[in-house]
Amino acid sequence: MFNSKNYSPQQFQTTSHAVVLESTKSMQWLLVVGLTFWTIMALPLLGWADSEKSAEERGLAIAVEADKRDTGFGDFTADMTMILRNRHGEESIRELRTRTLEVDGDGDKSLVIFDMPRDVKGTAFLSFTHKVGADDQWLYLPALKRVKRIASNNKSGPFMGSEFAYEDIASQEVEKYTYKFLREEIYEGQEVFVIERYPVDKKSGYTRQVGWVDKDHYRPLKIDFYDRKNALLKTLTYHGYQQYLNKYWRADEMRMINHQTGKSTILKWQNYKFATGLTDKDFNKNSLKRVR
Amino acid sequence: MSYSKIVISIVHSRFFPLYLLILTSLLMSFDRPAFAGEITGFVATESRIFPRSPLAPVQKGTGVSLALQPEYYHDWANGTQSVLFVPFLRYDQHDGKRTHFDIRELYWQWVGSTWELRVGLRRVFWGVTESVHLVDIINQTDLVEDIDGEHKLGQPMVSFSWIRNWGVINFFVLPGFRTQTFPGVDGRLRFPVTVDNSQVQYESDAGEKHIDWAVRYSHTLGNFDLGIAHFSGTDREPRLLPGRDENNNEVLTPVYNLIDQTSLDLQYTIGGWLWKLEAISRKTRKQRMTAFAAGFEYTFANIRNSAIDLGVIAEYLFDDRDPNNFYPTAFEDDIFLGTRLGFNDVQSTELLFGAIIDRKNRSSFLNLEASRRVGSAFKATLEIRGFVNLDNSDFLYAFRRDTYIRVELRRYF
Repeated sequence: MFNSKNYSPQQFQTTSHAVVLESTKSMQWLLVVGLTFWTIMALPLLGWADSEKSAEERGLAIAVEADKRDTGFGDFTADMTMILRNRHGEESIRELRTRTLEVDGDGDKSLVIFDMPRDVKGTAFLSFTHKVGADDQWLYLPALKRVKRIASNNKSGPFMGSEFAYEDIASQEVEKYTYKFLREEIYEGQEVFVIERYPVDKKSGYTRQVGWVDKDHYRPLKIDFYDRKNALLKTLTYHGYQQYLNKYWRADEMRMINHQTGKSTILKWQNYKFATGLTDKDFNKNSLKRVR
Repeated sequence: MSYSKIVISIVHSRFFPLYLLILTSLLMSFDRPAFAGEITGFVATESRIFPRSPLAPVQKGTGVSLALQPEYYHDWANGTQSVLFVPFLRYDQHDGKRTHFDIRELYWQWVGSTWELRVGLRRVFWGVTESVHLVDIINQTDLVEDIDGEHKLGQPMVSFSWIRNWGVINFFVLPGFRTQTFPGVDGRLRFPVTVDNSQVQYESDAGEKHIDWAVRYSHTLGNFDLGIAHFSGTDREPRLLPGRDENNNEVLTPVYNLIDQTSLDLQYTIGGWLWKLEAISRKTRKQRMTAFAAGFEYTFANIRNSAIDLGVIAEYLFDDRDPNNFYPTAFEDDIFLGTRLGFNDVQSTELLFGAIIDRKNRSSFLNLEASRRVGSAFKATLEIRGFVNLDNSDFLYAFRRDTYIRVELRRYF
């Protein structure tokens, strides 16, 4: 039953709300006009303003720009070969296939299928990366026909015994780090920004990473990884960049060297295919069970 | 099934061990043969060492065994249709019942955008816990392979999956029943009286031709992974009744009841924690039973940057079944404690140690599994399964002299 005592205050609230809205609108109008005026006035000074940004803001801006330039690819598939090399030069090979789906407003979804070594053939790894918080990960074990949701606190651990940690190969979201611009310099004949980034997650194996990013395309060319004791641990270099869909740059080869153990891993990428028509349905527990 | 009879007759021929030894050595020494299509699989040589003398003098001790499991896969129509064929063959030096052949998988698969259809022999796994697999009911257990209940016989089925945003529904129609495998008179890890699989009885008048069905709903909701299922048909676990074989020897005859089983499996994943629950309610015409397993696994990842992961597992097992009306269980009121070590090295070295301890009589089942890749195509496994402190009232009492060590070398091709 409607009760008039209850009904009238609601009406009153509605009316007062509308009044508030009206006054907010005029305030916004003033603000927009004001801002536009000052922006136009300040335009010639913007070049100066940029260098007066803090090192943190400049670092973040570079990361955001790099991310922006790599946004919109939709999906891709690629084959990976990993060559693990120990201190004595002995090699061990891993072959994998990867499928990645870009997710609007969150981290990518990815599926990794293992082909080599043969004892893990058919094993598949599904992960939903998130900009904030822990990633979701599932593993399919073909011998048992079992899909296992696994803990994702292993990000600092090695991926398949290689020198790449899980966090190195996971989707690199802007929000996963804080940044600091260090300097500009020439790296292997290219003008680069050198920026430092600090993992947000306490479970990361690194205190910081120093990255060399080329000014023309905002592609990472080299990253130095510093361990929890702030000692140089690994160096990753990117080789043979190629452009796909006239926009997205991918390296043919990534070389990771561990300075502390003398081990290294070469990660070779082949058969990059973009816009393959992958959808959400290709990235769930069900599809994980039937990947080949 | 006639194929298994033919294969078994070959397997039991006098020269079979020789044939298999030659085949095994060939597969162990050469690279992948140049067939058209995708053929993979493994060949394995195994030794089981029983340090203690058996209960019955007829039971054999340490012995060797060979296994072969090739896998053929072919797809067409842009991968939307495929066939998979996985036969399995084991030859055991001592136990004629452990020497066996099975078609683990032989099915056709057709995949649409929101559905999947599969027809043929398949294996399906349900569940989350580590110590027991209560909800996993589709396939029959291949007990002679291993006592861990993780080895399954291929089950004939038509299965249809409907994949929606709100979850996946799987429908199963299961014609053709597979009886549980049991060790023979020469074998170890058996009851004092052997199970006679030639005298199987069924509650259903249709016998092994009774058509079972099952349906399962599964979904992921944030940190929860959930499965709810119902199965209706012939129980995978037989009751074992005393009887006599044709030579008037004492045997156990398996009797398979019709059951209805509803199950729940649930996992909550947060940080390094996995919280797990499996529960079943099983009903025969006479009685209902309930069982559950609940616990956690916590992983200390990359300890002190050593790359090593250490997992700690604890599960509580409850089962209220009446052993007079159901296949007996050893885990009525037990605790499982385990630890898992993953070295994350180039050879993928792993180690799992666990103990299931009966809370009342302290009877314990100990289990150690260690494995390591050797080169790029071999894998070595060491297993130690121990039965200690067994109370004569415990189901495992029959295995009191059957603690064993298993060593396996597997070659993948």
